[in-house]
Amino acid sequence: MSDLFVRYLLRQGDRALVLSQQLSEWVTHVHELEEEMAVANISLDLIGQARALYAYAGEIEGSGRTEDDMAYWRPAEDFQNPLLVEQPNGDFAMTMVRQFLHDSWAALYWQAMTESVDDTLAALAGKAAKETAYHLRHAKSWVIRLGDGTEESHQRAQAALDHLWGYTDAMFDSDDAEVAVVAKNIGADPTNFKQAWLTGVGSVFTEATLQQPVGAQRRGGRDGLHQSGFEQLIEEMQSVARAHPGAQW
Amino acid sequence: MTDGPLWEVFVRPRRGVSHGHVGSVHAHDGEQALQAARDLFTRRSEGVSLWVVPAADIVASNPADAGQLFDPAADKDYRFPPAHVLPDEVDYM
Repeated sequence: MSDLFVRYLLRQGDRALVLSQQLSEWVTHVHELEEEMAVANISLDLIGQARALYAYAGEIEGSGRTEDDMAYWRPAEDFQNPLLVEQPNGDFAMTMVRQFLHDSWAALYWQAMTESVDDTLAALAGKAAKETAYHLRHAKSWVIRLGDGTEESHQRAQAALDHLWGYTDAMFDSDDAEVAVVAKNIGADPTNFKQAWLTGVGSVFTEATLQQPVGAQRRGGRDGLHQSGFEQLIEEMQSVARAHPGAQW
Repeated sequence: MTDGPLWEVFVRPRRGVSHGHVGSVHAHDGEQALQAARDLFTRRSEGVSLWVVPAADIVASNPADAGQLFDPAADKDYRFPPAHVLPDEVDYM
């Protein structure tokens, strides 16, 4: 069980960390200083969530591995984030639609996790649920503004949604780690909130005048199989830690 | 994308205290101004309530008018309580 639990915790940590790293690439590139602060804040919240999950994974594992070991010293193929969060930033619409699809999921996930029988995770979930509720509010307002904005912003938001939609179903997938943790009421079963997720994103698409795409869903990520470009993303994220092993910051 | 208009931001530091002006943000609508204000001015638990107001809607006094607006108050000490001597019976009221 503890192996599966560690895998489960790392997976959630990877989801948060990879998305955080992607968002941080926007710093100095966002169209407004105010929005840059917003993106950086969200990125830092996600790092905070990843740190807590990684530190707890190390504790459960009992190996002495630290949160830094989890983030900076695992190879790219060990990362089990959903493919959605590793999709390239693209333009601002792509980043915001990605964030919206993720945050809609994460808000429901953390809300459900506040009921976890694991006290550490329930406490983390309480904090993460508040943070994520705000992330979602922010991303949602952009999706509506871009979708129901100018002709160009609408077209960019729709293109982003068309690309990203095929990576959403995998966020509700299950495997042995998921099943084991859910069976003990430690983890939340995402299939329980899939309908709520669909209803939530659907109502925003309507308000944003965006068409919900139909089409093939892609699988992967949680099995360590990633898309091209992922190794470079991880390599860049780990480069400072690896250039200065044992450095303190 | 162009910058949105300017909004002035007011934060109430805690219950029972008035909102005070803390700065301004650019945003395209009130909701986004509120979010930007939250991200910029309440990162360190500075407040319990936020107001954002379109800067264009604020009517401000002209610094050049400071003389006529504010200086005449300087020598009117009768506007301050210590300028008035109260009868002993009601002193310290």
